[in-house]
Amino acid sequence: MSTPVIAPVIELAGLTKAYNLGTPVETEVLHGIDLSLAEGEFAALIGPSGSGKSTLLNIIGLLERPTGGRLSIGGRDTASLSEAEITQLRGRSIGFVFQFHHLLPAFTALENVMMPTIIARGRADDEAEATALELLDAVGLKAHALKKPAALSGGQQQRVAIARALALRPRLILADEPTGNLDTHTADDIFALLREFNRQSNCACLIVTHDPRLAARCDRIVRLVDGHIADDSPASA
Amino acid sequence: MKFRLPFAPLVALRFLREGRMQTLLILAGTTGGVAVIVFLTQLITQLQAQIVDRVLGSQAHVVIRPAEEVNRRAIDDAGFASIIEPRAQRLRSIDQWENIARLAADMPGVTAVSPVVTGPAFAVRGQASKSVALMGVDAERYRRIVRMEEYMVAGRFAVDGTRAVIGSELAKDLGIRMDDKLRVALPNGRDELLQVGGIFDIGNKDLNRRWIFVTLPLAQSLLDLPGGVSNLDLTVADIFEAQPVADRLRGATSLTVESWMQTNAQLLAALRNQSVSNNLIRSFVVIIVALGIASVLVVSVVQKQKEIGILRAMGASRSMILQVFLIQGAVVGAVGSVLGSALAFTLLNVFSAIYRNADGQPLFAAELEPRFIVMAAVVATFVGLLSALIPARRAARMDPVQAIRS
Repeated sequence: MSTPVIAPVIELAGLTKAYNLGTPVETEVLHGIDLSLAEGEFAALIGPSGSGKSTLLNIIGLLERPTGGRLSIGGRDTASLSEAEITQLRGRSIGFVFQFHHLLPAFTALENVMMPTIIARGRADDEAEATALELLDAVGLKAHALKKPAALSGGQQQRVAIARALALRPRLILADEPTGNLDTHTADDIFALLREFNRQSNCACLIVTHDPRLAARCDRIVRLVDGHIADDSPASA
Repeated sequence: MKFRLPFAPLVALRFLREGRMQTLLILAGTTGGVAVIVFLTQLITQLQAQIVDRVLGSQAHVVIRPAEEVNRRAIDDAGFASIIEPRAQRLRSIDQWENIARLAADMPGVTAVSPVVTGPAFAVRGQASKSVALMGVDAERYRRIVRMEEYMVAGRFAVDGTRAVIGSELAKDLGIRMDDKLRVALPNGRDELLQVGGIFDIGNKDLNRRWIFVTLPLAQSLLDLPGGVSNLDLTVADIFEAQPVADRLRGATSLTVESWMQTNAQLLAALRNQSVSNNLIRSFVVIIVALGIASVLVVSVVQKQKEIGILRAMGASRSMILQVFLIQGAVVGAVGSVLGSALAFTLLNVFSAIYRNADGQPLFAAELEPRFIVMAAVVATFVGLLSALIPARRAARMDPVQAIRS
């Protein structure tokens, strides 16, 4: 039996990022990152503050462009894509979970979850609403669907944010300290949710975290130090 | 199927609703601006129309007169100095006036033609004599030039035989009442005893003192113009087309043809200046409203940075964000124009109740022409859109990472 070829969801080769290019204060924060993440992989990205974790996550999330090196998403090299194509690719294949939920305060939980679909399709439809309700149900918030974010607790907000990240069934979930401002109990819940969706939908997940306890529960731990990958190994369960 | 708004209007309306106080302020500003513009426009249009109407109430739109007589040199005296004295213009008839009248009546835009014989005379009663203008008219035709029947204070506007219609001031000056007799004497020595069959008040004391209407044949014989007329009075369908009509008639007849616009050049200049200052005020109000909308939206863009970043991270393109803010501007303009028109209507009602003419009639009617509402809606929406352009472009250019971090 041959081993199945697992297509990498993201692939980084020699990726660099520098700020203030061409000025006396030019600073390179990422120095040649090689990294690939396969379908269904659940990886933690750890490292001290200022090691470049967030920058790396933003680049993988297509929010920032790398200075050098190669970044492919789903086998597509992103260097040649136009701004509009990048935006579309980001919307359809990447789900973000931010540290501070970043829900839209003017919209209800349900509308927040529907928003990626509204953006991708131009307007909401019944199917999008049904999917959003299903997702809210899955994160245990169906009863709160019509509440605005301000009426929800921190844990509930983050669960809405997870539901939103999953709305378009993306191939990649990027989470930037998703449990950073939650108590340990709630943090465990949120982490378990992410893990569950990862198993169900086989999407790749990359989670930036400071919490070694949570990192240990991932499949793989990538440690970033001073813009280099210092260590990339399976988590020792 | 539920009605669902597309992305840009959905987010735009939600943003407006969320920024309650700002939205209210910007709406109030737009409403006020629109109200001022609509109110002013409606008011000035009405007042100008009234002034023109009043002026034309006692005037023909176009008057055709005989060509002026000029002295010509008998011999070509190149090289000789000479002085040509201007000639005194005697009372003359329009040559072939029936043909000219027919030509004028057939001209597009002309709705009525009335032959008039007019010349100077004295109205004499007892020891008093007043200088007057004898007007020989066909009452039926002249009514279509000046709506005399509306001005009658006694009797009817009808002349026949020696029955005449005189003005209220002349009647007062000479102590004349209906059916009284009145003698007119002419410089050529002719005179006639008239019977007053009607008294008019045309709203102009000078004319009330001067005009005496008699039949066309009577005036012709008194003024020594048998079968002739001294001028043809015309009414045109569109009063502001009077000048081109006059020009065409002058070209076709080589007679002296004057429109009311030439006769009242000063009035027209005044109206035009009023329109210019009105336009100036309107432009400034539009600019102020535009600046108001723009500045509130600029603040809103800064406040919504994070939301913009989130939307961008979820795949919203720059143009989608641009639309969100453009729509906010347009919505503010459109809603402001509706509220502003309503406010203008209220103002018109209030002011028309307060300001009244000398005769107690309202100075202007409390009505709002639909075309002004449509104009306000189009202009305000467009201005809203335009003023949102700078803030919207700023929002669209925002770097999503920076926006989220802020």
